[in-house]
Amino acid sequence: MSDQKFKVTIDNITVEVAPGTTIVQAARLIGGDVVPPTMCYYSKLEGSGGKCRTCLVEVSKGSEKDPRPMPKLVASCRTTVMDGMEVKSITSDKVLDARKGVTEFLLLNHPLDCPVCDQAGECDLQNLSYEHGAASTRYDFKRRTFEKEDIGPYIQLHMTRCILCYRCVYTANQLTDKREHGVLDRGDHSAISTCIGKALDNEFIGNVIDVCPVGALTDKTFRFKNRVWFTKPVDAHRDCPTCSGRVRLWMRGDEVFRVTARKDEYGEVESLENGKTAWICNTCRFEKKETKDWVIEGPTKVNRHSVISQGHYVNAVNGQPKLINDVIGKDPKLLLDIHKISDVNRPEIDLSQIEGPAHSDDFLPNQSTGTMKQIGKLGE
Amino acid sequence: MAVKLLLDKAHIEGIRYYDTWRKNGGYTAVEKALKMTPDEIVEEVKKSGLRGRGGAGFPTGMKWSFLAKPEGVPRHLVCNADESEPGTFKDRYLMEFIPHLLIEGLIISSFALGSSATYIYIRGEYAWIPDILEEAIAEAKANGWLGKNILGTGFDCEIYVQRGGGAYICGEETALIESLEGKRGNPRLKPPFPAVQGLWMRPTVVNNVETLAAVVPIINMGGEEYGKIGVGRSTGTKLISACGNINKPGVYEINFDLSVEEFIYSDEYCGGIPNGKRLKACIPGGSSVPIVPANLLFKTAKGETRYMNYESLSDGGFATGTMLGSGGFIVLDEDQCVVRHTMSLAHFYNHESCGQCSPCREGTGWMYKILKNIEYGKGKMSDIDLLWDIQRRIEGNTICPLGDAAAWPVAAAIRHFRDEFEWHVLNPEESQTRNYGIAHYADPREVVA
Repeated sequence: MSDQKFKVTIDNITVEVAPGTTIVQAARLIGGDVVPPTMCYYSKLEGSGGKCRTCLVEVSKGSEKDPRPMPKLVASCRTTVMDGMEVKSITSDKVLDARKGVTEFLLLNHPLDCPVCDQAGECDLQNLSYEHGAASTRYDFKRRTFEKEDIGPYIQLHMTRCILCYRCVYTANQLTDKREHGVLDRGDHSAISTCIGKALDNEFIGNVIDVCPVGALTDKTFRFKNRVWFTKPVDAHRDCPTCSGRVRLWMRGDEVFRVTARKDEYGEVESLENGKTAWICNTCRFEKKETKDWVIEGPTKVNRHSVISQGHYVNAVNGQPKLINDVIGKDPKLLLDIHKISDVNRPEIDLSQIEGPAHSDDFLPNQSTGTMKQIGKLGE
Repeated sequence: MAVKLLLDKAHIEGIRYYDTWRKNGGYTAVEKALKMTPDEIVEEVKKSGLRGRGGAGFPTGMKWSFLAKPEGVPRHLVCNADESEPGTFKDRYLMEFIPHLLIEGLIISSFALGSSATYIYIRGEYAWIPDILEEAIAEAKANGWLGKNILGTGFDCEIYVQRGGGAYICGEETALIESLEGKRGNPRLKPPFPAVQGLWMRPTVVNNVETLAAVVPIINMGGEEYGKIGVGRSTGTKLISACGNINKPGVYEINFDLSVEEFIYSDEYCGGIPNGKRLKACIPGGSSVPIVPANLLFKTAKGETRYMNYESLSDGGFATGTMLGSGGFIVLDEDQCVVRHTMSLAHFYNHESCGQCSPCREGTGWMYKILKNIEYGKGKMSDIDLLWDIQRRIEGNTICPLGDAAAWPVAAAIRHFRDEFEWHVLNPEESQTRNYGIAHYADPREVVA
């Protein structure tokens, strides 16, 4: 039974997985663009998923035994594969349309405060709207807002940004021994809260910050201190009596700005060798903010497409090879090619030939020196 | 004369009480059923062709046969009395006036499914009905129909009444189960289905009040006989709760060969539309089914007479048909405004959305706000297309059917009454002072005459 494998085909790419695997997990084995985006599913949290509906896929063939397609789009994070199942993710227009719709719904009440949001740069919702969102909103009503709430000494809850993925609720339920964190109210005014106005003071409660896909739960020791793409992630560890002590430090120079758990490319906390999840305790996360507290292992490997990698590495890790040829040439990630449509950003101009910092005028056609630059020089 | 199977004794004075009920042939079905084997009862229900009366119309016998029966794990039957659909009040009538019919149905079904702890989950707003049911349960228990070793068969059964908190979403079976377990009433993701993992992760069947009540006549007359009443796959009788612009609102037991026209206009049923008004539209199955204009109500698109049954009402799909649903029959006369009506339904679904999955949580509120703008003269022409787009993206993409239920009325209103929406947008001031009226949808009765 244990060596039995199910063959599942996702966007024309076949992969063999163990029975009981969900479609998302199978897609993650393939990697790349066919992986459905997940806003609420978190493979390390039992029972999570199914709520955000961004991972909807079309099952065009149920299984080898029962080849009927499934009548509706299914949530791939909670649907287990069958032998011979055929799934369409980005090859189905229906799926892309539904995802576009879900993205629009998720953004309806989400504030556009990315410029001041600490999550910006590592926000799942930003990634999702970049890939599947529309250029502008069709919603012209007032967005729902909440008061900011302090839940405990370290965590701030900014409910206005919340997309109600319930991940933090599952985390609080599964990592801590008492239930103190949940959802109040219902519908579009439902709110994550503690019961009621209580502090979250468990030793592992800081992990709710890591699981939050948006900037609703933020680290009070890091709030407004820095942008994530200015900080450089390094892997480090220490001997911690409570947790594994394996963390990621976000540094700028020698200063540790933030400590988080180590996350994989899907934004999930990594697993330890013993199969457990490397959640970290509050002491590691909030108290140990000096390099002397840590044994630094080396820079984190960051995908070169990530905003985090901007300006840090010469030898950035290359992401998965593109699967465009396999999946009918669709590349939802590439919304537009800036070089093709922009007059300003011209690849033929060699940046190293420009004296001093480059200015937009340097890229104007038929103009080697711009007026703006002269004004700038006069200013000096 | 139409056959009455559920409300045949409703007129008898004191039928609420055990003695009268027993004198009038009550509990004979239990006596008969407990002599059969559970499988035989399921077989009878299968033969009867009974379909779920809660709205979806899924064959009850088939649902029962899906129930997993692992060794040593208790099974449960849950009666869904969380009747919150606007326009539907048939279960309330059953529970309030003939509670013993439900109790009897529950005992038989519990025996058939092997449930020793059976629950009635009742809507929170029905504040006085749990007392009636508990009184009936106490009477039944005092007379040996409930409790330990019923009629010496060795079958134990207890029925518990649980009040809900008044949430529409708890009428969805998995949300009901969550609520019954004491949790927040959020629908679960399926699979696993309740038949495998339901209440406390045990195999569970959730049935509507009327479905369980219909088990009593099925046992009394035999499944085959029951299956002969009705038309095609619509067997037995159905309770319809009629309301809106009709002379005689109320709960009626109908046979499936009754035409819609007769139901609205005959004196035996709704008694026509008051004040000589003309029919504009109708929602035949509770607020979530698509609204149909008068010209498609009596005759299908093919020109055939439309009857009050599952197949005939859904003839033509959602393009020209609708659904029997839960039987909440809402009639709108020419003075009603479809935009306002759709707005109030959208408000209801917005208010009742549990907020778990994003399309329903955000989309229902968005639709309501747009409809409010259109109704109050602030709408734009593009809003109508936007509404269509929103409902299209909610439908089918949610965890539970509430998303569909919120999307269908809006879709149908735009599909059939787009001119009225446009009139609202084009005449923002006039639309505040008068109604659009019956428009080009002529009263079908006038056309005939």
